[in-house]
Amino acid sequence: MNDFLAGFRAVLIRDLRLALRQSADLALVLGFFTIAASLFPFGVGPAPETLARIAPGVIWVLALLSVMLSLDRLFEQDLADGSLEQMVLTPRPLVLTVLAKALAHWITTGLPLIAITPVIGILLNFPTAGYSTLLIGLALGTPSLSLIGAVGAALTLGARRAGLLIALLVLPLYIPILIFGVTAVESVLTGFEARAHFLYLSAILAAAIPLAPLAAAAAVRHGVEG
Amino acid sequence: MFEGLSFSLEAGDALLLTGPNGSGKSSLLRLLAGLLTPLDGQICVNGTPVHEDIEGHRANTAYLGHLDPIKPTLTVLESARFWATMLGTLDRVDLALSMLNLSDLAAAPGRVLSSGQRRRLSLTRLLLSPADLWLLDEPTVGLDTRTVASVEQMVAEHRAKGGVVVLSTHIEFKLPGAKTLDLGDFTPAAFQAEAPV
Repeated sequence: MNDFLAGFRAVLIRDLRLALRQSADLALVLGFFTIAASLFPFGVGPAPETLARIAPGVIWVLALLSVMLSLDRLFEQDLADGSLEQMVLTPRPLVLTVLAKALAHWITTGLPLIAITPVIGILLNFPTAGYSTLLIGLALGTPSLSLIGAVGAALTLGARRAGLLIALLVLPLYIPILIFGVTAVESVLTGFEARAHFLYLSAILAAAIPLAPLAAAAAVRHGVEG
Repeated sequence: MFEGLSFSLEAGDALLLTGPNGSGKSSLLRLLAGLLTPLDGQICVNGTPVHEDIEGHRANTAYLGHLDPIKPTLTVLESARFWATMLGTLDRVDLALSMLNLSDLAAAPGRVLSSGQRRRLSLTRLLLSPADLWLLDEPTVGLDTRTVASVEQMVAEHRAKGGVVVLSTHIEFKLPGAKTLDLGDFTPAAFQAEAPV
């Protein structure tokens, strides 16, 4: 058991180090999130009521897109320099390696997105009463985005225009998370409880933690054979 | 790629793969590593087909391909320690780095390494690996003669401990008592007919 954890930790620390030392990638994702959000007041007009009405949906959709844009760095570089096939060849279970990579991806993408969400909220006149619900929803939803995204990234390994292909594969699978995340905020703003929506988001996460790494590991094995 | 190919190796044996470009040396090594699945035929270790216990086979195999899995932003020591942890041999890192003359470069990030130094860092993985079977795809590309000699010595010591080595190379590589397999002899008949004379 200790052995398994040592491999998991080694991959996690390595991927975190890589992401932090190439922090331009992280800045690009956050920059996209911020700039895209700031386009909406120009597009739909600066009326505070209109912005407040669409803010929950806009923030969630942009979070989805930001996570998706950063998915290609999960496996692509490791495939190109041969690291991925060597990881497949180590005695460590590939499922745990993939899980560690997805966790590192969430820490370096999902977590920073959650951290700057309040700023984006101010930009879009997000209703103050909904902040905690929005943040809890994002905290429960973004790990699933990274996990499901890992499957998409693994399936498109070695494909031309992999980025676009990932979008086609992964965005439809993100729809349930988007729905429950947005309706949680809406229900709180209309005076209901968000608990049921959080439970759905948790259920998706609970299913994604074991299932997504299994699927992604199988796809990675196939990907390195190419 | 090739057909009608068959060989067996005992503990301490070495097999030298030769043959023209495209004859399937790399593919054979990837097959043996379990990174490719044979269309037909099988690979057995101690009489058991490897696909029945592919995880166990991988744990006992060290494969060195054409690529050097080195990150520009990780230092030599961080790289070596990562692979050592993955292979479960963290205690061997210092020894492996000093045997390949990398101790002085331990703090250097991957992006400043020359191609020979990158190759040497990849070779440390062999010393870190607890595997009995070494699969080396042109291990000496870009290495100076002194390092080639120490790779020859590494291979000799590994065989002396009962390890098995399968190696492809285009240059002279001292491999005493090795079997040789010329993959050019096993090109499928249909291929030979089509090839221009």
